[in-house]
Amino acid sequence: MASMSFNFEENVDRSRELKRRKRRKIETVNQDRAKNNQIRWRSIAEQQTYSSKLVEALRHVRQTSAASNVSSRSRAIRETADKVLAISARGRTKWSRAILTNRLKLRLKNHKKANAKPRMASPGNRRSNNPPNGVQKKRLPALERRTRVLRRLVPGSRKLSLPNLLEEATDYISALEMQVRAMASVAEHLTGASNLAESSNRLGMSLEHTPQR
Amino acid sequence: MSSRRSRSRQSGSSGISDDQISELVNKLQQLIPELRRRRSSDKGSASKVLQETCNYIRNLQREVDDLSERLSQLLDSTESDSAQAAIIRSLLM
Repeated sequence: MASMSFNFEENVDRSRELKRRKRRKIETVNQDRAKNNQIRWRSIAEQQTYSSKLVEALRHVRQTSAASNVSSRSRAIRETADKVLAISARGRTKWSRAILTNRLKLRLKNHKKANAKPRMASPGNRRSNNPPNGVQKKRLPALERRTRVLRRLVPGSRKLSLPNLLEEATDYISALEMQVRAMASVAEHLTGASNLAESSNRLGMSLEHTPQR
Repeated sequence: MSSRRSRSRQSGSSGISDDQISELVNKLQQLIPELRRRRSSDKGSASKVLQETCNYIRNLQREVDDLSERLSQLLDSTESDSAQAAIIRSLLM
């Protein structure tokens, strides 16, 4: 009957409206959470927690790594720093989870690669300015181009919707800023400590008898 | 009706409210120092904000690389002395 089909339309609209409202509520909750996260990344406490976890992890890496050249050592440090940063995010963000899962995937892949024949680099992965065939390069709209670049930079964001991508990017930026602050301060302390040790060695003092605080 | 529904589900970014996106773009704009400084002119173009965001992230990642290199040099020159480890620990906590 005509009335039944009419009600059907109304119900569909109403359920859609309810879903919309629920989505908006979730969005405000997400926004508050995002703001809290940003405050957390900026806090001194978080930076100190990160710094101490980083130092522990670095010490562990030093003991277990057999790396001989500078670049692979600094890469190991970079990876450790990223891993500790991802852990500090406590699984709340996609980029942090992606860093940790990618690390695992890479390790499995390298393990397999060590036992398998060497593969040629697939042309599909090569990023080149010239298109492979004679097709003219299509000029994507600027927004899409930039979005694609952003997706490359923020780990794990390839399939995210645009709003989620922007959320992840803001959190990722705050976390990176903290990482820079923390690593810079650790480097400063190490510089100071090594200077101190050097000069006290030169003076013939032994630090091992310094009373603990 | 059904075509409208399926369109909004498939159109990805344009199906989501533009307000939401511009709000997020604004939030991003606040974070990027490059864009914060040029407050006078409205650098509100989303494309520009995204570009500066990418540049900023690249810069931050490069800084982390440089710091990693510096740390690796420092850790090598620092002997794994228990005394020095104690200094570092006391300075950090």
